[in-house]
Amino acid sequence: MKKENLVTQQRVRMQAERAEDGLGPTSDIGSRLRALYGAVQDEGVPDQLLDLLEKLDNAEQAQSDKSSNRGGE
Amino acid sequence: MSAEGTSFKREMLATLPSLRAFAVSLTGKHDKADDLVQDTVMKAWAKQSSFEMGTNIKAWLFTILRNEFYSQMRKRGREVQDSDGAFTERLSVHPSQYGSMDLEDFKAALSELPDDQREAIILIGASGFSYEEAASICECAVGTMKSRVSRARTRLTELLKVSGESDYGPDAVSAQVTSGNHGF
Repeated sequence: MKKENLVTQQRVRMQAERAEDGLGPTSDIGSRLRALYGAVQDEGVPDQLLDLLEKLDNAEQAQSDKSSNRGGE
Repeated sequence: MSAEGTSFKREMLATLPSLRAFAVSLTGKHDKADDLVQDTVMKAWAKQSSFEMGTNIKAWLFTILRNEFYSQMRKRGREVQDSDGAFTERLSVHPSQYGSMDLEDFKAALSELPDDQREAIILIGASGFSYEEAASICECAVGTMKSRVSRARTRLTELLKVSGESDYGPDAVSAQVTSGNHGF
């Protein structure tokens, strides 16, 4: 609850900042920046990166399974 | 099963599209950006014990990526600064609300900015960080971040006004486009 309030407060403050510095929703520069940035974001994450993350996570889980088995013996 | 590992992965996954867009804005090239994100993911994974779950993973990952980028730049020196192909890559998803020439002009204008100003306006204007977060990512004072963003915006406004008023042909635009090293 408290954390949510903080997040909301921060969001409101940030929107006010954006509007003040001319990068708000109606600003030309702000919206073109976000259009470029958003276009890259929308490309999705390449498979090789997803595979890497999957491997790292699997390796870690295998590692922790092994150590928890050892602990149980 | 490591629940923490899994949620660390999930949080990382959620940040990757934005992290990758920032990487493209730093390197100017998709292939280099993907290498940089990959290095960042490995670095972040190795030091995940230093990350406190529930705190700002996005700012943490951006900081690692940015440090990695500048440390690679220092190591490789001029090699990274090659200008072939920067900005010439087409976006695979083109924002529909803008004409393509319009955004090409904007990309060219972005590439004219000093590195610190371009980075500042992207972190604040597009990545959605607060000034405090962006200042911590770039290891500078909040006031410095504010003035970088303000100078970047002023310069972009000037550049866009000039390019809008002039009768630039396609050659002039592509010359401008290939002159920079960074940007989208």
